[in-house]
Amino acid sequence: MITIYIDNKPYQVKPGQNLLQACLSLGFDLPYFCWHPALHAVGACRQCAVKQFKDERDTRGRIVMSCMTPVAEGMRISVDDAEAKAFRKGVIEWLMLNHPHDCPVCDEGGECHLQDMTVMTGHNERRTRFKKRTHRNQYLGPFINHEMNRCIQCYRCVRYYRDYAGGRDLNVFSAHDHVYFGRHEDGVLDSEFSGNLVEICPTGVFTDKTLKQHYARKWDLQTAPSICVHCGLGCNTIAGERYGTLRRIMNRYHHDVNGYFLCDRGRFGYEFVNSGKRIKQPMLSPSLSPSPQGRDASTSSPLAGEDRGEGDLQPFDKESVLGHVTGILSNSKGIIGIGSPRASLESNFALRSLVGPGNFYSGMSEPDHRLISLIIDIHQKGPARSPSLRDVRMADAIVVLGEDLTNTAPLLALSLRQAVRGREFEAAAKLNIPEWHDAGVRNAGRGARNPLFIATPAQTRLDDIAIKTCHAAPDDIARLGFAIAHELDPSAPAVRGLTEGTSSLAKEIAHSLKDAKRPLVIAGTSLFNEQIVQAAANIAAALCAGSTDAALCYTVPECNSMGLGIIGGRNLDEAFTVMDDGLADTVVILENDLYRRADAGKINAFLDRAKHVIVLDHISTRTALRADIVLPAGTFAESNGTLVNNEGRAQRFYQAFVPQGDIQGGWKWIHAIMVAAGRTTADAMQSLDSVTATMADAFPVLAPVKDIAPPADFRIKGSKVPRQPHRYSGRTSMHADVSVNEGKPREDADSPLAFSMEGSEEQPPAPLIARYWSPGWSSVQALNKYQQEVGGELRDNGSGKRLVQPDQHGKPAYFTADPAKASHAMDAAIVPAYQIFGSDELSNYSPAIEERAKAKKP
Amino acid sequence: MFSLLNTIWTVLKTTFRKRATIQYPEERPHIPPRWRGRIILSRDAHGQERCVACNLCAAACPVDCISLQAAEDRQGRRYPSFFRINFSRCIFCGYCEEACPTYAIQLTTDFEMGEYVRQNMVYEKEDLLISGPGKYPGYDFYQEAGLAVGGKDKGTGPNEEPPVDVKSLMP
Repeated sequence: MITIYIDNKPYQVKPGQNLLQACLSLGFDLPYFCWHPALHAVGACRQCAVKQFKDERDTRGRIVMSCMTPVAEGMRISVDDAEAKAFRKGVIEWLMLNHPHDCPVCDEGGECHLQDMTVMTGHNERRTRFKKRTHRNQYLGPFINHEMNRCIQCYRCVRYYRDYAGGRDLNVFSAHDHVYFGRHEDGVLDSEFSGNLVEICPTGVFTDKTLKQHYARKWDLQTAPSICVHCGLGCNTIAGERYGTLRRIMNRYHHDVNGYFLCDRGRFGYEFVNSGKRIKQPMLSPSLSPSPQGRDASTSSPLAGEDRGEGDLQPFDKESVLGHVTGILSNSKGIIGIGSPRASLESNFALRSLVGPGNFYSGMSEPDHRLISLIIDIHQKGPARSPSLRDVRMADAIVVLGEDLTNTAPLLALSLRQAVRGREFEAAAKLNIPEWHDAGVRNAGRGARNPLFIATPAQTRLDDIAIKTCHAAPDDIARLGFAIAHELDPSAPAVRGLTEGTSSLAKEIAHSLKDAKRPLVIAGTSLFNEQIVQAAANIAAALCAGSTDAALCYTVPECNSMGLGIIGGRNLDEAFTVMDDGLADTVVILENDLYRRADAGKINAFLDRAKHVIVLDHISTRTALRADIVLPAGTFAESNGTLVNNEGRAQRFYQAFVPQGDIQGGWKWIHAIMVAAGRTTADAMQSLDSVTATMADAFPVLAPVKDIAPPADFRIKGSKVPRQPHRYSGRTSMHADVSVNEGKPREDADSPLAFSMEGSEEQPPAPLIARYWSPGWSSVQALNKYQQEVGGELRDNGSGKRLVQPDQHGKPAYFTADPAKASHAMDAAIVPAYQIFGSDELSNYSPAIEERAKAKKP
Repeated sequence: MFSLLNTIWTVLKTTFRKRATIQYPEERPHIPPRWRGRIILSRDAHGQERCVACNLCAAACPVDCISLQAAEDRQGRRYPSFFRINFSRCIFCGYCEEACPTYAIQLTTDFEMGEYVRQNMVYEKEDLLISGPGKYPGYDFYQEAGLAVGGKDKGTGPNEEPPVDVKSLMP
């Protein structure tokens, strides 16, 4: 730590950072635009000016840009200096010359960094009488709205889009005060990470087009901390609701996981929650209810009329449906409970408790189940650790086996783009250029890249940053993997009959990995190839045997694949066998569309043989259409729960709003069934905390889940953490069309969050942060105030806990190489081709994702 | 003694003065034009809704009695798809009018809003919207905002330069 003097007061700051970072970390309100913790400093906007003095006798000083000035021992600066303040105010005045007078219709209004900075500098009167510059806008696809008039030329968008995310089709055009940020012509933005422009742009040039369809101001959104459900990486999100519909997803900073960014599927895939295909009421098939008693005729069923013919499901009230469920469960010959990798740990565990451990099936197909179990086993045995996304960003040699990461685990691909830049930072460090000096680092690095090797069946979107790519059949990729492991450690099993090319490539990759300090091996389940998973484990084990701290990262298909793998159970195909053998006649399916997991013929036969099919789900899938009883489960935004990501990190998501009618989380439904059936174990499922406690007793490996977030009775100064901002509007009017009498806000017994604007305004612990706001900082940049130092960890150290810890001193056990034989030139193999927009089940119900999926490929 | 006489004099004087009490409702009181009475939503000179659903009135409202939802028509104009004021909560402070950037929401001189049923105090958009510009004729937000909306292209507002030709390098 070094001492700097700000306005004659000494402060301790960390060396190696720039003055702007230091000032912001110390809590000074210093305005800035072009700097961003993830994009570093370029000194383009001239907004963060402070005055620097030579020594204590210097009274004149000079104005410097704080983002381009490194901190130094004994340095004296003034933030409060009159001249510096006038300078900053002047800069804002120039920016405002052409900024339009359209805040009322701007989606950024109320969470605009430019608004905040204008107020902060005190510029409040327009002195110029000249006309304002205007620009034509572009169509940028279904995700992003473009309004170029508002641009203040900070260059953040192109620096993010091109330099950080590797996009090519957004750029800056023209010259002087005509500069234009956009595409060369109208068209859909090509990058899978374009949604981050919404948060990167300090004003309203790039705004969320899906939010525009159902706009609500930031101060009107009821928000809750959430976890993305659209892939296995577990990015942290903030889900915002207004008037009973989910309005948008914003990034929630997690130092070790997603950092500042989300992919477009995670950001815009949320609209399935508002889909017309949602199941909103409990429903019965007419065969179960000859009498129309309890029938809720006022509402129509979303399942009615869709290729069910006369067996249409009809909405019924909760009690009579629960009565039917308990009747069926108590009279059945045998029950099959099918869990789901897209349901929370709690829901899966509750189902397992309801049907009994022996009758619980994971709901994953046989290959999926086998691969996930294998991955968990490999992670537990070690010795390689499973890296967080932050560790991925720090890796210095990477080999990817069989995964098209942009499409199967998008943010992992974005992290790899940062990892390969490591060599530029090394080169800069040798020349004493600090890492925050963006232009300096890029000049010093001259595009040097850390080695990245990609072996996939087809081209991937990361090929442009790879040193070498190898396109091969899955078995050949596995053979390459085994060969690399053998090169690294001769005691690892060798592969016979390698071609010259593969063998030399294996040597080259092994050489690169050996030279690296933080090598990383990435593989996954997407090709359903066990040998690729084993080969990756062998490489990591061989690296660890050579005493390198290797990381081994596996991608998994769904948001809770790992959690479900830990809970275990039998796979789906075994359920088919049990049903065929006549050992069971009732099926309870939890948030799972079986038709996505196996052959439709098999599923049809399975469901036909079942006497009763009970489905808990939130969307009317083909499986739900075949059910006798359907219970409306809550989505991630309507329930509380825990998900385990590919790294083995358990993270809590919280309910953002109270859904209409009887919709509730899966585990709450199962609790209701247990209560209706008079089960003595029902008490253990009563609240989220009791479910996690019971779960921890049943599975010691899940014990940390109890501690990943504060318990429901957590209070800050005696009050809960509010989900609504303190300026939440319309409280006494929003429900007045129904009744002018205002009801009490709904209680939340499961979490320390309240469905209210009342509560503590203090910063809550990291897992409970529902929005970023600080006095004077309404935009997402208020995040600075929640971090220990800007760009660092959140104040209350991170959220989520790693469940799977490798035994790092364990002896590496190698899998034996047996990847069949090398494929021949004329062999044909069918491999799945994943699409970021299209392959995920839930996001496909979002209109924006659907439109994007149909957009022409560049 | 003097005090007594003074009192009698005051009583006699006010006995013949013009009465302040008026016979409402037969007789109508004078209401100053800036009176803060029943809230209305106005239209611009072209008869289009002025409200752009910016939510500022709702945010300014100290009793949170205004709620609305923004929507956009095919021309790109923002408007409230619903706009509701719960007058049983309204305290007629006028903050909404002050906050309104488009002169859409205005307080009027009407104060006769008594109802027997409280539910009837909830006014929806069709109850609030009037056909004229109210107190502020002439102002049209979209002429000043720089946006392109139906009937108004970029650069055609009174304070706008024509759109930049990105391909030109001329100064």
